[in-house]
Amino acid sequence: MSNFKRKLKRRHLINNLFMVLLVFVISISFLVLGTLLLEIFLRGYKTLTWDFITSMPSGRASRAGILPALIGSFGVIALTALISIPIGVGTAIYLTEYADKKSKFVKLLQLNISNLAGVPAIVYGILGLAVFSQLVGLGPSLIVGAFTLSLLILPVIIVSAIEAIKAVPNSIREGSYALGVTRWKTITGVILPMATPGIMTGSILALSRAMGEAAPLIMVGAVGFVTFLPNSLLDRYSALPLIVFNWTSRPQAAFAEIAASGILVMLILLIITNLTAIIIRNKTQIRVD
Amino acid sequence: MTKKKYLFQEKLIEVVLVLFASISILTTIGIVFSLLFETMIFFSEVSIFEFFTSIRWAPVFDPPSFGVLPLITGTLLIAILSSLVSLPLGLGTAIFLSEFASSKVRKVIKPIIELLAGIPSIVYGFFALTFITPLLRSFLPNTDIFNALSASIAVGIMTLPMVASLSEDAMMSVPNSIRQGAYALGSTKLEVAIHVIVPAAFSGIASSFVLAISRAIGETMIVAIAAGQTPSMSLNPLGSIQTMTGFMVNMALGDIQQGSIEFKTVFAVGSVLFVITLIMNLFAKYVIAKNREVY
Repeated sequence: MSNFKRKLKRRHLINNLFMVLLVFVISISFLVLGTLLLEIFLRGYKTLTWDFITSMPSGRASRAGILPALIGSFGVIALTALISIPIGVGTAIYLTEYADKKSKFVKLLQLNISNLAGVPAIVYGILGLAVFSQLVGLGPSLIVGAFTLSLLILPVIIVSAIEAIKAVPNSIREGSYALGVTRWKTITGVILPMATPGIMTGSILALSRAMGEAAPLIMVGAVGFVTFLPNSLLDRYSALPLIVFNWTSRPQAAFAEIAASGILVMLILLIITNLTAIIIRNKTQIRVD
Repeated sequence: MTKKKYLFQEKLIEVVLVLFASISILTTIGIVFSLLFETMIFFSEVSIFEFFTSIRWAPVFDPPSFGVLPLITGTLLIAILSSLVSLPLGLGTAIFLSEFASSKVRKVIKPIIELLAGIPSIVYGFFALTFITPLLRSFLPNTDIFNALSASIAVGIMTLPMVASLSEDAMMSVPNSIRQGAYALGSTKLEVAIHVIVPAAFSGIASSFVLAISRAIGETMIVAIAAGQTPSMSLNPLGSIQTMTGFMVNMALGDIQQGSIEFKTVFAVGSVLFVITLIMNLFAKYVIAKNREVY
């Protein structure tokens, strides 16, 4: 009996030690996250001024700003939203409301979408380079960046839109059909209004991911150092992650500081977009009992 | 008449939606063909044998050498070192969230862990170069400024949430009755986690590992910033290396002319990268599908 108790004590001790180990593991993540944010804040807050936001890049770190990158990022992301959301939501509507779930086309489509989600971002850059930039001949322009990022986030938008549409209870759909409403009017008048918050949340999160992407844009010829603002869809452009990359690649410490300021601007925008997504989700959650 | 009009409209809408859905299939076709096209031209100029056996990668040197092995070695080094960070920490996090934490604690910790995945990779690259590298150099003075270890740590941290959340999903889907059965026999939490839950969720955990490694292989900006630009067969984690993605970004940053051999190398290396990640992703799905326990 005492032997059993001794063993039991040991088992509990090991259990508790393991628990301590796990707490330690979790704290590593917290520590890294905290250090990362603090490090970037401390390095960048001094040079994060209004002039920094409204100036052109410069060869001298003290005079350099991010205006073209900021405008470029807004432009690319706005275009990406215009392209990817209709296509993504359209695909989701097709898959949930129209398609025969057992058809080969649907199975192929689903397999394809889940595989696309795992393709490295830089490979989308290669696609953009080969197809939009070279084959179509649009060069290293704003619209090519938007097309490329659209294809990159399309799987994410499709999947989140499918989830949102599936969350609309079937009874509501059938109620609409029972009143003699056509399929399309049921979708636009009943299902989409209810699914919109979910679709918006997913889309905003996907777009905020696109905003941080540098690799695909580099592949399609976007550069960090641009001293003019884009005027048309066919203009060259910069984007926030690209100017940060440009400054990070320079050896002088002054550029590391303004790179940190650029990152701070990016992170602030990310926080705003993510909070918006969370607020939309919490405010407008469908409650149907 | 109106009914006819409606039916026509309905049909038209369906056709438009099918077209939208086809775009994702066209994307895959586009990726495969654009990679294949330029890669075929590349191999008409460079022997495929040299590409896969030569141990020197110097495509822009004179005379050039096109051995992709150093880039693959560099990529593997990052994949292995980063998985030393992401797999144990991710699995530990998942076990804690699924088996040890109360639902209140989980609600606080989970979003914070997921924040790590939401930070853009360029930010991790900056952090690796300006913080992790100097830290490493204070412990290990013969560390290069650009080194594989620093980049790997950052890549590992970035892919940790992926391991944590996919593994946690797998563990959470193990039915509670099994868990309670083990507790009823007098097991401690640790014993339940190690002997019951982890084996039952094994396929999900394994696939999360494969997906995280695949993500590390495709990760670009961290390695482009912090790992260096030296294609090398060396497995020294403290030295400068180059990965496949790092090479591609590097070439794209210079002004490469369409049709030049540099342009084609990007596609050839991209093909290797695409095939490796595709195989890993399909394998992860296969593991899940084959070993799914049905309760």
